[in-house]
Amino acid sequence: MKQEKIDKVPAWLDFTQSATGLILALFIMGHILFEASILVSNELMYKVTLMFEGYYFFGETYPGIVSFLAAAIFILFIVHAALALRKFPSSYQQYKIIREHTTRMQHEDSSLWMIQVITGFMMFFIGSVHLYIMMSQPSNIGPYASSHRVVAEFMGPLYFMLLLAVISHAFIGLYRLALKWGFMEGKHPEISRAKFKLLMKAMIAVYIIVGLSSLGKYTYIGLTHDFSDGVKYKSQTIHMENH
Amino acid sequence: MSEEKSPRTLKIDVLRYDPNDKNDFPHIERFEVLEADGMTLYIVLNEIREHLDNSLMFDFVCRAGICGSCSMLVNGRPTLACSTLTSKLDAHITLAPLPLFKLIKDLSIYTGEWMRYLNEHLETWIHAKEEVLNFDKLEERMDPALADEIYELDRCVECGCCVAGCGTIQMKPSFVGAVGLNKVARYHLDPRDKRSDEEYYELIGDENGVFGCMTLLGCEDVCPKDLPLQSKIAYLRRMMMKTALKN
Repeated sequence: MKQEKIDKVPAWLDFTQSATGLILALFIMGHILFEASILVSNELMYKVTLMFEGYYFFGETYPGIVSFLAAAIFILFIVHAALALRKFPSSYQQYKIIREHTTRMQHEDSSLWMIQVITGFMMFFIGSVHLYIMMSQPSNIGPYASSHRVVAEFMGPLYFMLLLAVISHAFIGLYRLALKWGFMEGKHPEISRAKFKLLMKAMIAVYIIVGLSSLGKYTYIGLTHDFSDGVKYKSQTIHMENH
Repeated sequence: MSEEKSPRTLKIDVLRYDPNDKNDFPHIERFEVLEADGMTLYIVLNEIREHLDNSLMFDFVCRAGICGSCSMLVNGRPTLACSTLTSKLDAHITLAPLPLFKLIKDLSIYTGEWMRYLNEHLETWIHAKEEVLNFDKLEERMDPALADEIYELDRCVECGCCVAGCGTIQMKPSFVGAVGLNKVARYHLDPRDKRSDEEYYELIGDENGVFGCMTLLGCEDVCPKDLPLQSKIAYLRRMMMKTALKN
């Protein structure tokens, strides 16, 4: 019996694309919520920032932790992008075929994939910009520093596009991931699929509303706050030497 | 008093082309047919051929959604014409041949060549691996639930709708498509097939096989036989991943 060694790489590529996508999507779900702490108060957002800088674990802030996390996410992002690139239409002809196919079919899931391709492509660029800034300026995150970045450093439009792209991409991705691997399929896959789809749409709506509200708040602070004595936030309750 | 509604006039736009006629080019031709009760597209097309244009070419055998010959794009979506009621559609209907397959003429396509290649390539038959064939030996008994499950997948009629509905295969024609993966799932379930997981992996464990599937689910949503394609492809994906893990 012929029994050559099988090439495991295609399986691992597929699995790694799914796994990195899953981690990134879960990360985004947390990210948007943490960032929305600004909607509660500047103080809470500041405390969330301190938490990620390790203040509640070490009693001192280490912005390097944020750099490290951003770098880790950047690596996952690059791996995911590289693997997803395999699925992109790679010539004008292929693009035309898939475009005509989705237009002709009027089939929601095929169109959702087109959204994945478009939002994924957008994020190659805008996602990279955001990640690099987080990596290189980890200490410039805070109620005022972030607001300053949104307004004075003109990151608002980029964040707006990134928000729409990343939220749609993440939840459409999670939906497709569940179907791809048969997650919680149950006895009636068509019913679980309909439920997942509804959940996906609801989550996209909720997260976009939350994300846009936070972005609105940062913009408001950026426009109204007096930045003449710097972008650092002065907490009422936590007093630190370096801050 | 029931109100008698006057029947609709169906406007049928057919994409026509004869690749063997050098002077012909793909063009849309419109036919108008008076709708009747319980009318299917099969009846419409015969109406056209009998009364309007006897050169219109299309395929039919069973008229009952069993043979899979009459697959075509109806308003852009692949389906079987014989099981499509006109009453479910608008009065304006467009018909086109399935893409990807060899066009014979008008709505008639040659799926046979493509399917034959697929079946040979994926070896869609029982590999009993007996050294000597013994025709007197009784077949092993099978659990009825499993037999049902296999039968469910065996209902595929190779109509080609899943192929035409698949965005992946349109872009990358070397992909085996749902029809191929469904067949592999069918033999993988069958205890009489003695192929090892590794041998199955050799067949579909790459980007032309299960790992090429992008889960657009066109196949699942257009399959006229309602085969569980989505869950069988997910099943194969998990099986192939397990095989990769244990090697």
